[in-house]
Amino acid sequence: MSARSRQRLELGVLLTPATLFLIAFFVVPLVIMMVMSFLMPGLYGGAEWEFYPHNFGRILGFADPMFEEFDPVYLAIFWRSVRIAALTVLCTFLVCYPAAFQVARLPERWKNFCLFLIALPFFTSLIVRLFVWVLLLRQTGLINEVLLDLHLIDRPLDMIYTDGAIIVGMVYIYVPFMFLPIYASVEKLDWALVRASQDLGAGPVRTFLRVIFPLTLPGVIGGAIIVFIPALGNFVVPEVLGGAKVLMLGNLIEQQFLAARNWPFGSALAMLVMAAMLVALFIYVLTEGRRGSDPALGL
Amino acid sequence: MSDQIVTLENATRSFPVPEGHRIYALRGIDLEVSRNEFLTLLGPSGCGKTTLLQAISGFIDLEKGRILIDGKDVTDVPPHRRPVNTVFQNYALFPHMSVGDNTGYALEIAGVPSAERRKRVAEALEMVGLKGLENRRPRQLSGGQQQRVALARAIIARPKLLLLDEPLSALDKNLREAMRIELKTLQHELGISFVFVTHDQEEALTMSDRVAVLNAGQIQQLGTPRAVYDEPATTFVATFVGASNLFEGSRDGNRVITQDGIAIQSNRPAATNAAVTALIRPEQFSLVAANDQPSLDIDVDQVVFVGSSFELLGHTAGGRKLTAMVPASGRQQIGAIEASRKARLYYDPASVHLIATPEAAE
Repeated sequence: MSARSRQRLELGVLLTPATLFLIAFFVVPLVIMMVMSFLMPGLYGGAEWEFYPHNFGRILGFADPMFEEFDPVYLAIFWRSVRIAALTVLCTFLVCYPAAFQVARLPERWKNFCLFLIALPFFTSLIVRLFVWVLLLRQTGLINEVLLDLHLIDRPLDMIYTDGAIIVGMVYIYVPFMFLPIYASVEKLDWALVRASQDLGAGPVRTFLRVIFPLTLPGVIGGAIIVFIPALGNFVVPEVLGGAKVLMLGNLIEQQFLAARNWPFGSALAMLVMAAMLVALFIYVLTEGRRGSDPALGL
Repeated sequence: MSDQIVTLENATRSFPVPEGHRIYALRGIDLEVSRNEFLTLLGPSGCGKTTLLQAISGFIDLEKGRILIDGKDVTDVPPHRRPVNTVFQNYALFPHMSVGDNTGYALEIAGVPSAERRKRVAEALEMVGLKGLENRRPRQLSGGQQQRVALARAIIARPKLLLLDEPLSALDKNLREAMRIELKTLQHELGISFVFVTHDQEEALTMSDRVAVLNAGQIQQLGTPRAVYDEPATTFVATFVGASNLFEGSRDGNRVITQDGIAIQSNRPAATNAAVTALIRPEQFSLVAANDQPSLDIDVDQVVFVGSSFELLGHTAGGRKLTAMVPASGRQQIGAIEASRKARLYYDPASVHLIATPEAAE
C-alpha cells in the first residue's frame, strides 16, 4: 500500500465516527424536516402524505385559502425576532468592543485571567443564570425594591416580560460569543499602523475610523454572526424573561412542534430560519472574498 | 527663518525597568538638524536612537528639555499635528488599503480633493519607481516594494522633515545597498531634511552629511562621516564605527607608551591630558615600509581572505591582539607570512589618531 493511500485510509477511519454521527443525527433529520415542511398537517398531529405548499404560504400570511384569511402574524413574529437578535448583536458589540481593547492592553497574566472570567459563565446552568434575571427584574425584584426604597419611583417598573428584558437576557448570555472574536482581532492589531496613521496627520477619531475599526472589523462580523444566529432561534430567553406570550421564532417553532402538534408548519418555519441564515452567511462570504479573505475568521 | 529645521535642547527621557530603577534613553541631548541635511543617528540597540526619533515625531514625551521644529516649540504638540513624517521599521503599511490609498493617506486626511490626490499619488509612486501599482495590495508586493510604498507615503505631503527608523534593516544586502543610493538621491531631489536611524555603521558612513553616534542616551560624537571615522572623539566611537586597534597608554612626547611596553608614534596634536589612547585602523597597517616608518611585530594567528583584501589576526609579544587589513595584491607577502607566522606591520605616525582617555569617574 502506498503512503498516500494509507494516509487516505487513516483519515477515513478517523473521520468515520464523526461522519456517521452527523449523517444519523443531522443530515437525516434535516431531510425529514425538509420533506415534512411540504406535507399536509395531520388532523391529530403528524403529517398526511400529500404535497401541501401552504406551510410556507402561511408564514407569509397567505395560508390555505379554503380555511384562513390573510394574517401577517407570523411575519410580525419573524420581524420581531430579527429585530431582537439585531439589537442583541448591537448591545453585545457595544459591551465587548471597548472591553476587548482594555483586556488586550493588560499584561499577559491578567489577560489570561480575564479570558478565564469570560468563559466562567459556561460552568453554570443557563436556566439558573436566566432565573437570576427574573429575580432582579420582576415587580418585587431587587431592582424595583431598591428603587422604591430610595423613593426614586413610587410604583414598580414593568421590566420583566418586555422586549427589553429579553434583550438583557440575550446580551447576558451572548457576550462571550461576541467578545472572543473581537478580542482575537484586537489582540493582533498592529499598533505600528495606528502610529503610522497619526504620523500621517490623522487625529484619534480619523485613526479609529480609517485604521483601527476596519482592521478589527473581521472580528466584529464574526462575533455578530455567531451571536445573531443562535439569538434568532433562541426560545429559552423569551420563555423565561418574555412571559408566556409567543414572542420569537424559536418559541413559535417549539410551540408548533410540542403544543400545536403541527409538525409540517414547524418544519417550514425552521427551514425559513435556516435559509435566512444561509443567505446572510453567503452574502458575507461573497463580500469577504472581494475584500480579500481574512485568515482570522477562517472563512 | 533659522537654518535649523529641528532643535533639541536638553532632551531627557527615562524608562522604568523591572529591576526597579530607571534607565535613561535620552540624557540631556542637544542636537540641531539643518535644512536639507541628511543626519544619521548611529548606535547599538538600546542607545536611545529610536527614542530620540520618537521624541521628534511626538510618540514619546520628554521629561525635560524641548523640541523646536522649524522654529516652533512642538514639545507638547501631538504627533498628528507635527510637520514630520516617518518611514517605519517594518513599513507599517495599512493592509486593508490599496497601495494608492496608502500613499495618498496623508492627503486624504488633509482633505485634498480626490482628483489632485490621484495625480500626486501617481507622482510619488513614480518617484520611488513603483509607477502604476496603485491598485495592488501591500501584501502583493515584495519587501523592497513595500519599503518604497512606505517612503512614497511619507514624502507625499512634503513634510519639513522625514524620519527613517532603520528602514533598510529588513531588506537583503544587495537591495539595501541600492536603496542607500536611492535614498540619498531622493533626499537631494526633495530638498527636505532626513533623520535616519541605524545601527549599521556602513549605512551611516555612506549616506550621511553628518553622523551622530549615540551610546547610553548620550551623543558621543557629532560630525561628518570622515571626522567620525578618522578622528573619533571617544574609544566607544572608535570601536563602534569601523574596526580598530586601540593602544591605551600615557603620552610621552610624540609617543604613546602602553602598559605592556609598546610605543606607538603619533604626530597628531596632543590631547590635553597625559592619558590617551592611540587608534590605528586595520587598513592603516602596511606590510611595506615607506621611508623609515615605525612598525609593530606580530605573531600571526590567522589569515582571512575577504576578497578585496586579507585580514591578518595576530598578537604582539605581550599578548595584545591586533588586526590588520592588507590589499589582496600583496599575495607573495601573504604567502611568506603564512609560512613564517610572523609579520611586521608598518604605520604612518601622521595618521595615528589620539583619543583622550576619559576620567575614571565617568
